[in-house]
Amino acid sequence: MNNNHNRSFFFNVDGFTILLFLLLMAIGWFNIYAAVFTDETISIFDMNTNFGKQLIFIIVAIMTGTAILLMDAKFFSTFSPVFYGITIILLIIVLVIGRNVGGNQAWIPIGSFRLQPSEFAKWSSCLLLAKYLSSGNFKLTDFKTQVMCAAILGLPMFLIMLQPDTGSAMVFGSLILVLYREGLSPYYLISGVLMIILFITTLLFGKLAVSLVLIALTGLLIYNYQKNRKLVTTFIAGFILSIIFMFSVDFVYNNVLKSHQKGRIDILLGISTDLRGAGYNVNQSKIAIGSGGLLGKGYLQGTQTKFNFVPEQSTDFIFCTVGEEWGFIGSFTVILIYLILLLRIVVLAERQRSSFNRIYGYSVACILFCHFFINIAMTIGLMPVIGIPLPFLSYGGSSLISFTILLFILLKLDANRMGINS
Amino acid sequence: MNSFFTRRYIIQGLFIVTALVLLARLFYIQVIDDRYKLSADNNVLRKLIIYPARGIILDRNEKVLVQNEPVYDLMIIPKQVKPFDTIEFCRLIDITKKEFDKKYKKANNYSPYRASLFEKQLSAKTYAAFQEKQFQFPGFYVLARSVRYYPDSTAAQFLGYIGEVNDKEIEKYDGFYTQGDYIGKSGIEKSYEDLLRGQRGVRNIMVDVHNREQGSFFEGKYDTLAVAGDKLISSLDKELQLYGEQLMNNKIGSVVAIEPATGEILAFVSSPKYDPNLMVGRQRGNNYMKLLKDPFKPMFIRPTQAEYPPGSIFKVINALVAQQMGAITAQTTFHCPGGYRYGARGFMGCTHVHGTIALEKSIEGSCNTYYGYAYNRMIDKTGLKPFKAYTRWREAVMKFGIGAELGIDLPAERDGLIPTADYFTKRWGSNKWGSGFNISLSIGQGELGITPLQMANVMAIVANRGFYYKPHLIKAIGDKKIIKEEYTIKNSAGIDAKYFEPVIEGMSRVVNAPGGTGYFSKIADIEICGKTGTVQNPHGADHSVFVAFAPRQNPKIAIAVVVENAGFGSTWSAPIASLMIEKYLRDSITRPKYYTERILKANLLPGQKKVIRPGVKKDSTNSKPATSNALPVNAQISSKKDEQ
Repeated sequence: MNNNHNRSFFFNVDGFTILLFLLLMAIGWFNIYAAVFTDETISIFDMNTNFGKQLIFIIVAIMTGTAILLMDAKFFSTFSPVFYGITIILLIIVLVIGRNVGGNQAWIPIGSFRLQPSEFAKWSSCLLLAKYLSSGNFKLTDFKTQVMCAAILGLPMFLIMLQPDTGSAMVFGSLILVLYREGLSPYYLISGVLMIILFITTLLFGKLAVSLVLIALTGLLIYNYQKNRKLVTTFIAGFILSIIFMFSVDFVYNNVLKSHQKGRIDILLGISTDLRGAGYNVNQSKIAIGSGGLLGKGYLQGTQTKFNFVPEQSTDFIFCTVGEEWGFIGSFTVILIYLILLLRIVVLAERQRSSFNRIYGYSVACILFCHFFINIAMTIGLMPVIGIPLPFLSYGGSSLISFTILLFILLKLDANRMGINS
Repeated sequence: MNSFFTRRYIIQGLFIVTALVLLARLFYIQVIDDRYKLSADNNVLRKLIIYPARGIILDRNEKVLVQNEPVYDLMIIPKQVKPFDTIEFCRLIDITKKEFDKKYKKANNYSPYRASLFEKQLSAKTYAAFQEKQFQFPGFYVLARSVRYYPDSTAAQFLGYIGEVNDKEIEKYDGFYTQGDYIGKSGIEKSYEDLLRGQRGVRNIMVDVHNREQGSFFEGKYDTLAVAGDKLISSLDKELQLYGEQLMNNKIGSVVAIEPATGEILAFVSSPKYDPNLMVGRQRGNNYMKLLKDPFKPMFIRPTQAEYPPGSIFKVINALVAQQMGAITAQTTFHCPGGYRYGARGFMGCTHVHGTIALEKSIEGSCNTYYGYAYNRMIDKTGLKPFKAYTRWREAVMKFGIGAELGIDLPAERDGLIPTADYFTKRWGSNKWGSGFNISLSIGQGELGITPLQMANVMAIVANRGFYYKPHLIKAIGDKKIIKEEYTIKNSAGIDAKYFEPVIEGMSRVVNAPGGTGYFSKIADIEICGKTGTVQNPHGADHSVFVAFAPRQNPKIAIAVVVENAGFGSTWSAPIASLMIEKYLRDSITRPKYYTERILKANLLPGQKKVIRPGVKKDSTNSKPATSNALPVNAQISSKKDEQ
């Protein structure tokens, strides 16, 4: 590459997205500093502290992003099966030699740092999914294609579940939105939503009450549409499936879910209020955010985060610091930046000529969206506690660098969109 | 572009809706719902109460009676404790291993992270020993507090004591006190609680999730300082008080001395005394129980709570009231054949056959007959119905501060007793009764109850020739030495000054004339005016009473001494009173050593064999029980064997 080419290339990179990216990392760093801060002045370059380390991660992330932009765009689509293969191997390795941190065997120690393969599985799976869907004339209405997509996503999901890191595994589920965009029937989404509703109502009101409501509902629908045989059959099938699902809810809840997961769900649904046990995190997190008020307590003035009432406040609960010290104005700003980023990514995805680029773009949007929503919703008690990081804000090298890779591959593809058509 | 292009809007819409849901929820918990702000404060804020130093109490010469002494509470933070030599530790603070384990468990149960009290009130000495080795015991530290200290161990019942508040007191003061606070429980500590306690300060600190202190809240913007309690200057003369306590050693009773010109109480001895320091410190509970169980009841505040029939000293009052009512004059004489006859067969014996006797002599010789006649005139010969005359007499007597509490600044003062006319009407079934039905009142026996404080106050009235200031224990409050207004008001006893002289002359002779009942207690160059009394005690030996004031002109001290079960007033009470007077007026004792030794060494507690005989000429040899077969009413009273 000559200099001239180089300049025009960087000119093509979407600067707005990079700005948002840098902004989020900066917000993240300041809040990690605040979460660690305890009135004693510590050098911001102290490498023993989280904010010192995060500074290194940020520099590494920027370097990684730059490196990606300098690579050949074709590289990612061509080698996507290789990336995928490597991450799968790493996911298997981590189950054998991984370090167990906080109940999850998710880390491979490398020197003083630890690698988290599940973070890298996200973008490698996205790449392979994009590669697969764009490589032939597959239609998502075909059952075979659907099975293939499920397999591509299901394999890493399954391995991550074994760690067990339910939160990270759930993120893969969000890619169903990508499939929807590419032609998957909306009924999959609708039935997904219905299943969630059924799951919650069953836990809240019990099988009997929900069954009665279902019977009444089905009866009403059949009565209304009795002329339409096809619909009636669908309703009856739906009813039977719902009943089966309902009983499996019970089974899953009692036999598959671990007690801490049950506890978190119970807390969320208000079935129990164990403020010292399972409910402690959420309660303290809500107190921290809620006490921020409209304008917040001021930077470094957050008492709840400063005095460690909120656990995991640099990582999964980093949003508490935002909420407490910057108040509603701060929360609003952060959410707005995310929303703009997500919408911008959709715009980027839609302006691609190649379907590989578009599918990958949507994957990025969905994964970021999933993290963003679950993480913030959990800190304010709208979701059960699921330990996944807030992209670009949470402390942690693996997650920051893998989100950077995720995003910058898209930026690279976008910058190149006029050139090569894969 | 493919055919599903429009689905992008669905996805974008989903993003927007999700963001709005999050924002709505955030708006609710951050802006609308206040609950979380309160919870955050509860998490972080701790209010620490700073206890002010309790006000000290001085005597009238501003010598310390009560002060505060530092003690050291041993605190523990179980989480910080590391293995150490428990045997050494237990030896240092003087507890057993078993107690140690119990205390440790208690503290750990309370909170592993939070400091709690391990052992309270180590003495300075124990603390010094512990401090040297403290570095060996991480997790333990010492918190200085102050407790009451009484340098001379004196005036316990007068000063009272403090103790932890109980639930009733917490309720009564409506949240001012919390569990573990101290409050005055008796004596001055109780009656001046609101001045002594001072104002508590508050320090707002922040704590972290483990309750470890993390500095002050807003740099102490909301903190308040503690204000020490007011200093009280009592009216007590410490030297006199100590001397009184010495004289009353091994005796039961009271000594109350009042400065007539002000009503200030100079000495307030309640015997047996106890060391007020017993009510402080680690052994307080045990000591308290011991004091409660003591058969001689040291916790009983005798000067204001013990009521006695006054005996002959009451003749002083009757002499004054009778003159004021016009029943007698100084020149009035009666004939004493050795007793007073009343009604059909009533007879009240007298100590002597006094023959024709006038007022002065009647006091000097304590003539029962004289007062029988005088009382008879006041009740039966006024032209009023006797029960109405009685009421008039009773009111006149009550003006001497008898029969109702004087309002001293101590809690739980007793009223004393003078029965109402109704009482006798009820008792006899009609109001057709006269002096013969309660003739013992003429000589201070029968249904009368007077506290030693009231007796001393009567002497203050006589010394002042007709008025008194409310007797009180605290003469000035705080650095500005404020005097309560009620103590500056003159109270009249309703007797004209001119009626006092013959009575005072009689009282002077009691002490200063050879043959007077108090002659044994005469002091050269100090004219004491006094009156002895012997109070009948249905439960045992008679009580010895002496009241006096001195000097006769411009009196400086009025005094009442009661020694229970000690017999004649002249034997014990009068010498004690005279020693007190001399001590106060001269600051030194001129009497021979044997005189004071006899008092100091005497053990007059009930159950003791009396070996020490009075060194005074006995003038009661001819007294014999005067049989009374008359009215059942005061029969026992008139049968008393002796009236000095």
